[in-house]
Order: sequence, then C-alpha cells, then structure tokens
Amino acid sequence: MNQTVASYLLQYEPVQQLLAFLSKLLGFNAISLLYFLIFALAILAAVGFLSLVGGLGTYAERKISADMQARIGPNRVGPYGILQFLADGVKMLLKEDIVPTQSDKFLFYVAPMLCIVGVFGTIAVVPFSSGFTIFDFNVGLVYLIGISSLVGLGVFLGGYGSNSKWSMLGGMRGASQIISYEIPVVLSALSIVLLSGGLSFSSLVKAQGGWPHQWFIFHNPFTFVGFFILFIGSLAETNRAPFDLPEAESELVSGYHTEFSGMRFGFFALAEYIEVFVVCGLAAALFLGGYNVPMNLGGDGLIGQVLQLGSFISKTLFLYYMVIVTRWTLPRLRVDQLMTMCWKYLIPISMVNLIMVGLWMVAFDGKSIFDLIFSGASVATGTGH
Amino acid sequence: MSTKNLDIYMPILILLILGVAMVSVTLLIGKLIRPNNPSAVKNQPYECGEDPIGSAWSVFNMRFYVTGLIFIIFDVESALMFPVVAVFKQLNDIGLGGLVFIELFLFILILASGLAYCWRKGDLDWVKSYHTEKGQD
Repeated sequence: MNQTVASYLLQYEPVQQLLAFLSKLLGFNAISLLYFLIFALAILAAVGFLSLVGGLGTYAERKISADMQARIGPNRVGPYGILQFLADGVKMLLKEDIVPTQSDKFLFYVAPMLCIVGVFGTIAVVPFSSGFTIFDFNVGLVYLIGISSLVGLGVFLGGYGSNSKWSMLGGMRGASQIISYEIPVVLSALSIVLLSGGLSFSSLVKAQGGWPHQWFIFHNPFTFVGFFILFIGSLAETNRAPFDLPEAESELVSGYHTEFSGMRFGFFALAEYIEVFVVCGLAAALFLGGYNVPMNLGGDGLIGQVLQLGSFISKTLFLYYMVIVTRWTLPRLRVDQLMTMCWKYLIPISMVNLIMVGLWMVAFDGKSIFDLIFSGASVATGTGH
Repeated sequence: MSTKNLDIYMPILILLILGVAMVSVTLLIGKLIRPNNPSAVKNQPYECGEDPIGSAWSVFNMRFYVTGLIFIIFDVESALMFPVVAVFKQLNDIGLGGLVFIELFLFILILASGLAYCWRKGDLDWVKSYHTEKGQD
C-alpha cells in the first residue's frame, strides 16, 4: 500500500523537491520517511476509525434498543444525541479509579490493556478494501483468530485479578465460553479456506465475486449453515447477548468488570464494541463477498477503492445491526444450555460441514451450486458449450 | 531470517504498541484530573454491601477445568488442520483432492471419536446426571 500511494504522490514536482531537500539535509534517502509517514497516517486513520466505530456502536446500541422498547434513547448531547459517546468518555475519564486492596494489582492493571491490545492487533488484517488493508498477512486468518484470543485472556484475568466473587464467576464463565465457541468458529472458517485455497484475507476475498450468487455463503448448502455457525460463535466469543453470561447483570452484578471503574471499565466496553465490528467484518469477508463490488465497478482506481470500502462497511454494519437486534430480542442462556449448544450441537454440525464441503470440492471440482444449476440448465436447453 | 523479512511485520508491532500506549496515556491523563480519595471501605471488593468473607481465590467448579482440557485437544487438532486445508485447493486442481480429502476425513474422524467418548462419559453435561454417574461405578 505504501509504495502505491508514494508513487502517486511522487508524480508532483513540489513533493520531489521537498524529498530531495530533506535527503540532503538528513543525509539519507528521504523516501523511507515518506513511506513511514503514509504508513503512520494509515494506522492512525484505522485506529481513529475503529475508536469511532466503538463509540458510535454504543450510541447505535442505545438508540436501537430504545426504538425496540418504545423509548427515545439519548437525545441531549449533540443532534439526536449523537455525541453521547464523547460525553460518556469524558465522564469516565473524570471518575475516580478504585482499585480493591485485596486485588492482584498487576493483573488488574493489565487486563483492560490486554483487551485493547487484542482488538487493535486484529485491525491489522481486516480487509477494508483491496488497497486499504494495513497488512495483508499471508496467514491472516490464523493471526486474527490467535490475536483475538488476547481478549479472552483479558476477560479472564480481569475476573481473576479483582478477587471478588462476582468477578471470579464472570471471568471463569467468560474463559470457558470463549474457548469453547472458538472451535466451531475455527472449523467453519476452515471450510471457507477449503474453497478459496489461501489463508490471507486478500485470497479469501478475491475467491468470491461481487454478486450474491458468487459469495461463499451461497456456494453450497453446507457453507450456508457454516455462516450461521460462525455468526453464533462470534456472538459468544464477543460476550454478546444471548451469550453475555460473563457479565450477566441480573445474576452476577456486572460479571468480570464488577470491580473496574471509570476509564478501566471504559476500555472493556470499547474493546467489546470494536471486537463486534471486527468479527462482523470477518463474517462479511469470509462469507458475504468482503469488499467485492458487482461487475468490478470503478476498477482499481480511487473510485473503485471507495466503492469497495462502501461495500465492505455496509455488509459489516448490516451484521452489526443484526447483532444489536439479537441482543435486545433473545433472552440469555443458562450456563449448561450454553455448553450444550456449543459441544453437542455446533461442534458436531461444523465437523460434518467441514467434511461435506471437502466432499463437495472433490465431487464437483469446486463449482458452486449456482454454477451447477446454470450449466445444467444450459445443457438442458441445448445452449451449453 | 534476515531483518528485511522481519520488516513486513512492523505494522503489527506498531499496532500492539499503539494499543498499550493508548491505554496507559489515557489513564495517565485521567490520573491528573480525576479525584483520588480512597478509603478502606471503598476499596473492599463488592459483595452486595456486606463485608467480604474470605478470598475469591478458592477451589472452583471442576466443570470449567474439564472444558478447558477438552478444548486444548480440539484446539491443537484444528491448528494442525490449517496447513492441510490451505493446500487442499491446489492439490484438488491437479487431481489429488480425493487423497487429501481422505486424510482430512480420517483426521476429523479421530477428533469426532474423541468427542463421542467425552459425550458418552458425560463430560459434556454441565450437571452430571445421576444416571451417568451410576453407570460409571
């Protein structure tokens, strides 16, 4: 990404002159400085964007839940209350930081940091568009699944380090829930890797097309089921309702972050909302065609990039909306129901899915069900080749 | 490995450092402006307003540890499946798909038999039923 933007800038005379001047002044080739600046800007843009997504996520959640319960929701700060998340942030910053004396101080301090670091690490491989991916890692999927486990660690250590019974229960539930639901998520992601033949997000997305019938969700009946397994598993991994047992407010006060106050609690909340965005982006990239635009509109130019960005973000935000609606529709599960659902239903189904997708690949040579129907129809009408 | 190859991983390192920096800088700024008057009662862990009894770090429900153990087996297995799955399409294109599929199938079969064993033993039930425990005696 750096090279393309830099070469685009270098077409202009003033930039070249400035670079030449800087090279003479500093004694080394200033083009690396330019690369670094572009890179830093890209990272700041991504982080700023995701913090904004986290903030607006809380606003959207409150507004949508208010709509569903015939309330008004936040409407005082800014137009339609849209600046509410900034006011919340300032309020959290000004709140007293209470650290229980019995707690393990190091774990208590490090837990919110682990959540934020885990979420920020995942941003690196999220494929916003073909040009705007911070780092197109060749094992991007493995990396994303691996680094997002830091959030689970943060949840558990937050619960353990507080040395409070409520927190301990929440942290234990969180840890067992997050590790359990990781397996169906990984297995259904693996079935997509079978179809695309690559672990980097660019290869996963480019194996699909812009139109819905080219998406992997409609590739065959088993990937259709796989999408819902991945989506349900992602809900559980991000501790969203109906799987919000780690912070079940009606039974565990506030679960793993009972003892966290002020900004430390704020980081847990921010990490959760950004992680929901990231897992929705993962589901969109794996199953819903990612950043592909129908008919490759706009090409590879700037307009194409904007369209791709729009395509990815709109799919992700649609899933985000579904997550919020799910939260305010379904009641919470019980712990034994949660474990039964994962180990007795989702894992066996996703195993069968993986095998059947492999069988489909061997039997039909990797063609999607629509390809088969179209070619069958064209043979039947005698127009086939 | 030369340093040139490691350079491409810089974005990840920078993002992780950025994550640590964001938390610590925000908390440092907060430290300057927020009130700080702790007291012994305020710093107690929350236990519905009562004085906390004992520590929370005690023996915990065994079910969580069993879940952890089963998870480790499955996680290692799925990690081992990643490379096989990643090369599956290439080999399928040159006609070796059946072979890789059989290998994958046997691998998942071992995994599934492990799951079936745990299921039969009742380790997947959150509350072990009386019937299952009686069957093991």
